[in-house]
Amino acid sequence: MGIKKQSMAPVNSENQLILIKSNPDDKIIALAGNPNVGKSTVFNGLTGLNQHTGNWPGKTVTNAQGRYLHKGKGFILVDLPGIYSLMANSVEEEVARDFICFGNPDTTVIVADATCLERNLNLVLQTLEITNTAVLCVNLLDEAKSKKIKIDLKELSKQLGIPVVGTCARNGKGLYELMDEVYNLTSKKSLKANYIIKYDKPIEEAIAILEPSVRELIGDFNSRWIALKLLDGDKVLINSINQFLKIDILEETEIVEKLQLAREVLINSGIDNNLFRDKVVSRIIIKAEEISRKAVSYENEKYNLRDRKIDRVLTSKAFGIPIMLALLGFVFWLTIIGANYPSQILSDGLFWLEGIINEFLTSISFPVVLRNLLVEGVYRTLAWVISVMLPPMAIFFPLFSLLEDLGYLPRIAFNLDNFFKKACAHGKQALTMCMGFGCNAAGVVGCRIIDSPRERLIAIITNSFVPCNGRFPTIITTITIFFAGYFSRAFQSLVSALILTGLIVLSVVMTLLLSKILSKTILKGLPSSFTLELPPYRKPQISKVIARSIFDRTLFVLGRAVIVAAPAGLIIWIMANITIGNISVLSHCANFLNPLAQLIGLDGYILMAFILGFPANEIVMPIIIMSYMSKGSLLELENLYQLSELLTNNGWTWLTAVCFIIFTLMHWPCGTTCLTIKKETQSRKWTIVSFLVPTITGAVFCFIITTIVRVLGII
Amino acid sequence: MEKSIFPLNYLQLGKKARVKDLISNGNTRRRMLDLGIISNTEVEALQKSPSGDPIAYSIRGAVIALRSEEASQILVEEI
Repeated sequence: MGIKKQSMAPVNSENQLILIKSNPDDKIIALAGNPNVGKSTVFNGLTGLNQHTGNWPGKTVTNAQGRYLHKGKGFILVDLPGIYSLMANSVEEEVARDFICFGNPDTTVIVADATCLERNLNLVLQTLEITNTAVLCVNLLDEAKSKKIKIDLKELSKQLGIPVVGTCARNGKGLYELMDEVYNLTSKKSLKANYIIKYDKPIEEAIAILEPSVRELIGDFNSRWIALKLLDGDKVLINSINQFLKIDILEETEIVEKLQLAREVLINSGIDNNLFRDKVVSRIIIKAEEISRKAVSYENEKYNLRDRKIDRVLTSKAFGIPIMLALLGFVFWLTIIGANYPSQILSDGLFWLEGIINEFLTSISFPVVLRNLLVEGVYRTLAWVISVMLPPMAIFFPLFSLLEDLGYLPRIAFNLDNFFKKACAHGKQALTMCMGFGCNAAGVVGCRIIDSPRERLIAIITNSFVPCNGRFPTIITTITIFFAGYFSRAFQSLVSALILTGLIVLSVVMTLLLSKILSKTILKGLPSSFTLELPPYRKPQISKVIARSIFDRTLFVLGRAVIVAAPAGLIIWIMANITIGNISVLSHCANFLNPLAQLIGLDGYILMAFILGFPANEIVMPIIIMSYMSKGSLLELENLYQLSELLTNNGWTWLTAVCFIIFTLMHWPCGTTCLTIKKETQSRKWTIVSFLVPTITGAVFCFIITTIVRVLGII
Repeated sequence: MEKSIFPLNYLQLGKKARVKDLISNGNTRRRMLDLGIISNTEVEALQKSPSGDPIAYSIRGAVIALRSEEASQILVEEI
């Protein structure tokens, strides 16, 4: 008969999340909620900077946990993925359900959006079927108020049988009360039964047949809910039960017998598997509707009118795409002109510092070779990377976060979805591409939001077609030198921004084209179902956006670039300064690569720079400059004019510039991105494909342009 | 007079309708159910994307964009 009367607490499994407790008495709090309800604001508001992020064991789903103290007690808050339901239709839902059900949290906090409570109640009710200790946190009360939506928190609490707290997590309102309720719930042992949703008669009869045996086997622990899921035939849950409780529930004779009996009852009432699930889901939705009708009142039926009016412009046939392009162009323009001056100041400052370091090292009689290696190799590369990268990132990332905060990004996906559909890809790929503008590795991780595996792989493989922040400065510099230079000074940044926007359009077109080719060849299949929520527009909190994007993104990306740039600078300096037969190793390599490079409109040094730039794209330009300098190290370049002269003296024409830009746009993803792809796909094959697809595309593209230009004799 | 039942993607912008039947299966069906699309759910067609597809619908207070492939599997009756 197997194990009898197992304890309430599930057995620990190796698949269990590792919780970082600072104190053995710390209470575990699960934080659940739909996407876009401000769950992470609540999480950040409660835990501050005291957070750890990682992945769920064995899953590519991000997990964050943080600790806070309230009235002297410690609480570990575990942030579950944002989901609409606990039916385990996706990995995120599975992770969340398993944690609430088997992770044994002391309390579950469910965050709900006050402006859209009814839909949120679906998840609330599903959660309450699993656990009796929960707090509902109705967030975004301020927005609800401005939309004249009134929520009766007391009534809601009465209906659901759990404490309900109203919050505006953005300004911290209500978080203290939330902590209080959590404190109260965890300090006393609740004997309350789970929330019971009454289903149709045949379903209730079937549950009544099965539940006693389930209770016999695993104790009171959620027997009704597990019986319901057994009837549903939910394989994912059955796996989880077996895994976490270390049993094989479908091998228990009594369970199997009773399940058979219960199924007969259902079939006699004409309820097959599909209808069963429909009925269960419908019942929960109707219940949510009932509760919402009692607790929510709309004083203004047209409360969403403002959003609809904005949507009518931002996603309209006439203006939707032009506005999107203009906005993108504006962001780039701001980045380009805004970055010029700080870049110059940083560069001046860092080279001034170089003089001081040099003097100091000389004064302490530091060995000359080592001094040159450190200062001319490592320091100059670092100085270049910082002065070129930091200013544009510090402008681009906050602007991008601002659009994100406003709620504009899902509209981009909405506007562009049809193109992606035609390429047999997912509209949300537009969003992962947007993330790719910041950093391709971030974009690849972002592909997790695409829930169908085929479309996700397409998005991952093609992500590096959008130029990341490491490549922008290179592209912008080249545009400014070779193309915008013909225009008067006043128009230069405008022309640069226009050309850049054109290049972005090219990269989007190539992404779509390659997505289409992939889904017609190695990733065959039909597009899977597509749903996209367009959340309400929100007033962004500018100071928080800036802080978040500087700390989370800018410094992170810069830090990574610095880590790879330093050793790369070292290697390049060594290659440039060790000579074999009077020619440096660097030149030997470049000469070897030259015939191939010429075919695609580049030269050996440029191709060499791309190869050496594998650790980080931002160092490609510095390597080229360093290679061209006879001294074999970065010269102090006062301005772009000198750079332009250096390049033209080394044989650059407008064709070289075009091919250089195209190849910068389309070649292998950087080292970090490749590692990330390996991690996300768990497959060497797809990593290699992701490496080859953009490389071959870029090479072919450059080859065609070069051949045409040369055959026509334009150059 | 009995009202006609037609696929949701034919619902005119600004018009409201009531869901009568879901003809999708498997994953798509489950996803629709998760969004709260069941019999008698009220939906309103709000906004077409620039190319006319997908279309954004108001469903239980949320704005959800559906492609014509999915919307055509939701049968509705205008109200």
